[in-house]
Amino acid sequence: MQVPAQVEYEQAASVEHALDLLARSGPEARILAGGHSLIPMMKLRLAQPETLIDINGLSELAFLEVTGDELRIGALTRHAGLLAAAGAGEHFPILHDAERVIADPVVREWGTIGGSLCQADPSEDLSAVFAALRATMVIRHPAGIRTVPAREFFTGPYETVVAPGEILTEIRVAIRPGGGSSYQKVGRRVGDWPVGAAGAALWLDGDVISGTGIGLTAVGARHFVAAEAEEFLRGRPATEENFGRAGQIAAENCQPVSDQRGPAEYKRHLASELTTRALRAALRRAAPRRAGGQRRPGDG
Amino acid sequence: MRQITVTVNGEAHAREVEPRLLLIHFLRDELGLTGSHWGCDTSNCGACVVWLDEVPVKSCTVLAVMADGHRVRTVEGLAVGGRLDPVQVGFSECHGLQCGFCTPGMMMTARWLLDRSPDPSPAEIREALSGQVCRCTGYENIVRSVRWAAEHGAGGHEPGEHSGAATGSVPA
Ligand SMILES: Cc1cc2nc3c(=O)[nH]c(=O)nc-3n(C[C@H](O)[C@H](O)[C@H](O)COP(=O)(O)OP(=O)(O)OC[C@H]3O[C@@H](n4cnc5c(N)ncnc54)[C@H](O)[C@@H]3O)c2cc1C
Ligand code: FES
Ligand code: FES
Repeated sequence: MQVPAQVEYEQAASVEHALDLLARSGPEARILAGGHSLIPMMKLRLAQPETLIDINGLSELAFLEVTGDELRIGALTRHAGLLAAAGAGEHFPILHDAERVIADPVVREWGTIGGSLCQADPSEDLSAVFAALRATMVIRHPAGIRTVPAREFFTGPYETVVAPGEILTEIRVAIRPGGGSSYQKVGRRVGDWPVGAAGAALWLDGDVISGTGIGLTAVGARHFVAAEAEEFLRGRPATEENFGRAGQIAAENCQPVSDQRGPAEYKRHLASELTTRALRAALRRAAPRRAGGQRRPGDG
Repeated sequence: MRQITVTVNGEAHAREVEPRLLLIHFLRDELGLTGSHWGCDTSNCGACVVWLDEVPVKSCTVLAVMADGHRVRTVEGLAVGGRLDPVQVGFSECHGLQCGFCTPGMMMTARWLLDRSPDPSPAEIREALSGQVCRCTGYENIVRSVRWAAEHGAGGHEPGEHSGAATGSVPA
């Protein structure tokens, strides 16, 4: 039987209240969102916070909206809420690709976007997704807000720039025309964490890649990003050959480790192959809009 | 210790609990509602699924204090007014269980699915139950059982007919 250690518990009534509770409870206090990472860690005694500050009642953090040229996702949005949001999936199919294969439908009703990102598990799917999308994280602290690029958010395994006393409140993604995106994951079974996964976002100017973001997870990519592969693609034509090369470059620059999910060499292979597949699918999704043509069935 | 009030299957229960107490143990040990099973303890098997408000949750992965002021529905609250839920009848008719260990969780998630999607395809049923494990049936009869419920008046169950709504005790 797994039992968490003793802990104090507070329910926050507002973001200000949560910040206040964090300040009063000291560095060993933790925000409790869906609890689907934190509670298992507490049961295994891998986490032993002194105080939990439950933010599940904060509807002000559970929002999802497209405002002007930006998608804004509140930190308390559940995986299921993001998966159900048609607008988010239309602008960024990568979000729905990923959410369809994160955990299972019951877990997706509880796990939150903010919790996933703050957990910063080296195999977290959304870390790669928001790195690929070059999202911006909005962090509240007692004196105001600060914003941090997703690529600077993760400082190591299970570590982010969110300091004690701070709360991640939302994630913003800029909407730019002429783009496509995709997420490709290989897991051992339905609902499992990835053995390896890659997300790609692509923006085109004619046939030339004007911008790209490639996120990798579970394969030991620094900051969940394939920076060298992105660098290679920028300004080059969106061809199968260049996508293949980008995959190789991504694989050469990651540091996978062997574990119960698979050997390092297999993960390196996945980094290459899944990067190429994600780029290919992102191009297919960008292309019809670029040409003003019809989407083909299955382009999704 | 913390004072909490949880409305379980329409009845309000006030208890003093440790914040670290998991909801599954609150239900089984504090309230004696042993219908919800406690299996893997790692949020993987789904034997412990109950509803917290309108949403299924693996109750080994939430704290009882998180349910304070909320409604919980367990397998004991599936039958309404002495009438078995069509999901329960379906599992009986279609031999949807063998040892029965996974069954309460399967039925709670199935009920949730049918409330949102009254005529689900077998693929939809498999997807909805994909976070739950059955070591006996091979799943075929579970899928048939849920289809049976869909075909036999799954819609006859009024939303809000269950749990707190009947007594109106504690707001969500
Ligand atoms: C069975 C199972 C399968 C899973 N499969 C996958 C999978 O395939 N892929 C995947 O990526 N994930 C998977 N997950 C993980 C799941 O997506 C995350 O556990 C969950 O979404 C984390 O969110 P949470 O709201 O539960 O976070 P919590 O567990 O509540 O919090 C996690 C951490 O983040 C901190 N935190 C939470 N919110 C904030 C905030 N707003 N500001 C500051 N700090 C905060 C907490 O203090 C804690 O340290 C799985 C989980 C389970 C249980
Ligand atoms: S006991 Fe809760 S999921 Fe297995
Ligand atoms: S009936 Fe035995 S585990 Fe499902």
